[in-house]
Amino acid sequence: MSDQTSLGVWQLSIDLPSERGSNRQVTDELLTQLGTHGWPPADVFAVHLAVEEAIVNAIVHGNKLDASKKVHVECEVSADRVRVAIADEGPGFDPASVPDCTADERLEAPSGRGVMLMRSFMTSIEYNAAGNAVVLEKVRGPAES
Amino acid sequence: MPTHKRIDVSKVGDVTVVKFVDRKILDEAGIQELGAELFSLVEHDNRRSILVSFDNVDFLSSAALGKLITLDRKVKSVQGRLKMCNIRPEILEVFQITKLNKVFDIRGEEAEAISAF
Repeated sequence: MSDQTSLGVWQLSIDLPSERGSNRQVTDELLTQLGTHGWPPADVFAVHLAVEEAIVNAIVHGNKLDASKKVHVECEVSADRVRVAIADEGPGFDPASVPDCTADERLEAPSGRGVMLMRSFMTSIEYNAAGNAVVLEKVRGPAES
Repeated sequence: MPTHKRIDVSKVGDVTVVKFVDRKILDEAGIQELGAELFSLVEHDNRRSILVSFDNVDFLSSAALGKLITLDRKVKSVQGRLKMCNIRPEILEVFQITKLNKVFDIRGEEAEAISAF
């Protein structure tokens, strides 16, 4: 794990074990850093939700809680931009294949909302071709401050 | 009266008012316990008018949404009524993005919600 701040940019690189709750090692510090960098509470909520969903997906659906696999997370936080890259060691998935959770027939399904929430709350999210790594970005614009 | 770890339960007239103990509802074990406690209100205690108040809640994950959806279905299946209130704007946005605001009966303050039963 490395954790450093230079020129107002905080960076973290860490490998998480594939066990429930290990995401707290990232989210607790990430939330602190967003506050330190002056991000407003609504944006902190948005980033928290998106990163929580993405890391839990990587641990549970990607690595399937396999103790021999890690989830690699890289974070970068500055005053106007946050970037979080999350990669698991699973086979990946096709994000386009996730059914629309807002379709009438899916509206009351008990799961399947994480990816939509990530897309809605972040400025951009991009999966790699294999579908086992995602980069989440949020830019703090004037309209959001 | 069974004891609960994840919710506080009280009654206002005929309405069962449920408040969450945790400000952040995100860890898997806690969400499983939360679901079991919510469902037991309907299945074990035969509560039929339930108001879920979010006034203590700062954050919830999509896994917690699943428990609320299941609770809503269980209440509807016994012709009961479930309403929700005191939801902070960011969480309300989660409900709007996922269109769960069309599924749930969402109200403003607690008094307004109780009078709507």
